Amino acid sequence: MDAFAEEFLNWEVMVRYFPDIVSGLWVTMYLALMVIVTGLILGLLLAVIRAFQIRPINLLIITFVDIFRSLPPLVIIILFYFSIPMFGLHWSGFICSWIALSLVLASFVEEIYWAGITSVHRGQWEAARSTGLNFFETLINVVLPQVIRMTIPPLTNRTIVIAKNTALASVVAVEEMLTVAQTSLAYAANSSPLTLAALGYLLMFLPLVILSRFIETRFAWKR
Amino acid sequence: MSNSALLEVINLRKSFGVLEVLKGVNFAISPQELVFIIGPSGSGKSTMLRCCNFLEEPTGGSVLFKGQEISKPGVDIDTIRQHIGMVFQSFNLYPHMTALQNITLALRKVKKIPTPEAQDRAIHALEQVGLAEKYASHPNQLSGGQQQRVAIARSIAMEPDVMLFDEPTSALDPELVGGVLNVMHKLRNDGMTMIVVSHEMRFAQEAADRVLFVDEGLIVEQNVPSEIFNNPQNQRTREFLSRVSDH
Repeated sequence: MDAFAEEFLNWEVMVRYFPDIVSGLWVTMYLALMVIVTGLILGLLLAVIRAFQIRPINLLIITFVDIFRSLPPLVIIILFYFSIPMFGLHWSGFICSWIALSLVLASFVEEIYWAGITSVHRGQWEAARSTGLNFFETLINVVLPQVIRMTIPPLTNRTIVIAKNTALASVVAVEEMLTVAQTSLAYAANSSPLTLAALGYLLMFLPLVILSRFIETRFAWKR
Repeated sequence: MSNSALLEVINLRKSFGVLEVLKGVNFAISPQELVFIIGPSGSGKSTMLRCCNFLEEPTGGSVLFKGQEISKPGVDIDTIRQHIGMVFQSFNLYPHMTALQNITLALRKVKKIPTPEAQDRAIHALEQVGLAEKYASHPNQLSGGQQQRVAIARSIAMEPDVMLFDEPTSALDPELVGGVLNVMHKLRNDGMTMIVVSHEMRFAQEAADRVLFVDEGLIVEQNVPSEIFNNPQNQRTREFLSRVSDH
């Protein structure tokens, strides 16, 4: 037990590397936030476009979504990082990770929204259309508000899963929390920075988990 | 007839795949008339009604609203639908909105009425169905009968020229039917033009100007209610009426 405390809960090491871990925390938080916002908006956009049922476009969306849901996010990040320069672009590891994870999140989120859209009762569409609302007005005012309420649980779940994948950005040299923790660990020859990082992740994602629970109950309505 | 008709259906056909549900239906409704459609389930009466505002697109024939063929290319169906109200069997209120918001949505978005005025009109519509005090309730806080009355208010707030009722009381508990029928009676007395698909034969006898009996995708017989119910000419009408009068 003492050995464990010495290796993982070394106070002196923790204090020494605390500022580094905090700077990594900010990067992780920033990356996660960017991925969440981009992924959720892009996913919604794709689902809305898909609702118009234009066959060739839907085929594109489905292909994109299926590929990005099948590939491990780590593979996508590495692939982006090493292939993008071939196209004359100079994206940092941060940008590669941001775009890769956003696309992965968007793919899952699109499927969730889409499932939500198809599960809204046809009568809702008919009632709105019968009063003269057009397709888009019905989608925006009647269908999507119901979809978003309905999909909050799977949406927050998936968002948290993908946001945690920001740790994968450590493989493309992004100075996020896990990278910093690993570097610190090597320098200190002690695992306590990792404990700090774990606490950092808890600090970041536990409120998100609790918030999602709150939103769920706040927006739920009895059927 | 066809000159004064508000809504006219000519040789209307509708197939779902190989199943031909409507096999050439003709009828017209004049302003302030109440036409009642009866028939066995699966006879095509709901489809007939739903073709009137193109919720169901006919496979043949035409639908004329105020003399304008609404299936013609270039006709904006959303504009036409503002003038044709519809009430559904399952109410179809928007669950995330209050009664008031359910009613104001189309007023604001379609008729472009400013929100305060739209709310006034919504309250007025709710008064007409006797539910003004429920304006802030969500559908889940209302009984089935109340939900249907709000749905009727949503429709009448648009001030339509004609209203379509698709089995408005079929999903209701028996003790809630009366409230909805009362509202429909009042509408009728106020001069609303109505097409009603329903099994409420008593209501048909009291309120309808004309009753159409539909079977197997065709209008088999039509007449004033007293004639249809007391002196049906067609064998199928007789059989149907004897079956429904059993209970």
